[in-house]
Amino acid sequence: MAALPHAARRSTLHRREHLTALGFIAVPVIGFLVFVAFPMVYAVYVSFTKWNGLTDPRPIGLQNYIDIASDPYFWQAMGNTLFMMIGIPIGLVLSLLLALALNRRMRGTTFFRTVYYVPVISSLAAVAILWQLAYNGDVGLVNHLLALVGIEGPNWLQDPLWAKPAIVIMAIWKGLGFSMLLYLAALQSVPRHLYEAAAIDGAGAFRQFRYITIPMLRPVTFFLVITSIIGGSQIFIEINIMTPTGGPEFSTASIVWYIWQKAFNYSQMGYATAMSVVLGLLVFVVTAIQFQINRRSQFSIE
Amino acid sequence: MTLDAPDTVATIIPPRTGSARRPRLADTTLDTQVGSRTRRHRLTNVIVTIVLALGGIVMIAPLVWTLSTSLKSKSAALTDPLQWIPNPIQWDNYIRVWSAEPLAAGIMNSIIVSVSVTIVGTAVSALAAFAFAKMRLPFKNGIFLALLAAIMIPFPTIMIPQFMMFSNLGLVDTLWPLILPGLFGNIVMIFFLRQFLDTVPDSIIEAAKLDGAGYLRIFTTLIFPAIRPAIAAQFILWFMAVWNDYLAPVIYLNTPEKQTLQVVIATFNSTYATQRDYPLIMAASFIALIPVLVVFAVFQRQIIESVALTGAKG
Repeated sequence: MAALPHAARRSTLHRREHLTALGFIAVPVIGFLVFVAFPMVYAVYVSFTKWNGLTDPRPIGLQNYIDIASDPYFWQAMGNTLFMMIGIPIGLVLSLLLALALNRRMRGTTFFRTVYYVPVISSLAAVAILWQLAYNGDVGLVNHLLALVGIEGPNWLQDPLWAKPAIVIMAIWKGLGFSMLLYLAALQSVPRHLYEAAAIDGAGAFRQFRYITIPMLRPVTFFLVITSIIGGSQIFIEINIMTPTGGPEFSTASIVWYIWQKAFNYSQMGYATAMSVVLGLLVFVVTAIQFQINRRSQFSIE
Repeated sequence: MTLDAPDTVATIIPPRTGSARRPRLADTTLDTQVGSRTRRHRLTNVIVTIVLALGGIVMIAPLVWTLSTSLKSKSAALTDPLQWIPNPIQWDNYIRVWSAEPLAAGIMNSIIVSVSVTIVGTAVSALAAFAFAKMRLPFKNGIFLALLAAIMIPFPTIMIPQFMMFSNLGLVDTLWPLILPGLFGNIVMIFFLRQFLDTVPDSIIEAAKLDGAGYLRIFTTLIFPAIRPAIAAQFILWFMAVWNDYLAPVIYLNTPEKQTLQVVIATFNSTYATQRDYPLIMAASFIALIPVLVVFAVFQRQIIESVALTGAKG
């Protein structure tokens, strides 16, 4: 008999805790349901319809997806988006070298860290505008600097061959500081005794780098690769500002730019949504791989 | 090693002969060895510094060039793009740009969106992180994982239905589509604050509960002070992300007076590029760059540390 009121009190306390906790998490959960989950489900539905955004969506089965498969612009936009991702490995190598340099015990590292990080925090819209002018064939900074060393630069953003590399160079410039910072943090967390032990065993600088530094940096590298791929697959702002028409011969149109164009300029909402579902699936697969490999590498460390 | 070291010294160095010379000799050889090593180290440092400086110039030059172009006359920008210090300096461009476009409205709109989203959203996220980390609730880990999965959904995939939702509510061309979703918190922020709360011991919460404190009081008096640095860091990062956002604003906002700063300068860019009035465009871009640069200058340490932490936890 004595245990009963006690248990009852406990369960009221627990119920109060449950209700309060529910209240605290309710807001983000509702936000998720209204602004993410519902639009997501609706997107899948709409991708099977013909829809101009004004009248009701009309179901057409798989037609959008069939059209996508034979849409040369879709494939070119996909190809452009993929091409522009070559900046990812280049940026990673450069940022690792930078981090190694900044990890040395010497003066000025804090200053340089700040300098290289400034483009990261700068507004991408403003940065895209200034690079658009910098790439201008007549009055741009880039070609005038190239002329100083005797190179006649192309008219970057008007040239089907050079428009994509121009955007890649800008993206590397913009993102370098971010991966540099993550690499630097990872380098500083490598236990010193590993290097000392390796030095005693007679391992030189290069072997220490190859067999200690590189493996210890693997989680960060993986994180950077995946987030860059996810970010890179959604490249839009640079394209929209620097080459508003998708570039010469459609050479810079990215997949998100093409989706945006179809949805908001041509009112082909159903078709655009179907493409966005394909994009979502691709991103999902890449992210799922990340979680899988991340989990495996965590196990191997522990 | 340390234990038998005195023994070794005693056997190697005879008590009297050359006890004054030996150490000096040893010292000098050691000195020259260390000397050549530090000299090599110093030489490498000089080379590395030079390379870093050259790279640093590449990083900063476009921004300096923006400032310098924004202070040139229209013809000077066309004829002499490499003139770094404009002569004469045309402050006039900043006055012209201010009257040519609704820049003030753009700044105001950007402030309204980023301040309301980050302040309300941060409070919501912190409370949710507290509940996820420290409170008992059935299925809370499952719910958390479901929220986390939402990060995987790219915005372009849901932007069209979201646009239609706000369009049906008559909210297109208002700031609400940019504000409303943010008010419900930020999953990335919840994730990091929840991680950070692991460092707060459960015992202090239990103790406060025994004293009869409610959960909201526990949060304001115990949790919030304990995780304030993490909240500050995430707040700054989020603020800059909202301030610099472009895709959603460009979809929702059409009327110039209602656009955020980023859209205003982009519109401005496409309007004035045909007139080749580059100083004006650069002035607008530079104005858009200033607020975040100032925030960065002030909160540099917090920003850099929280980004580094992001990588460690990611």
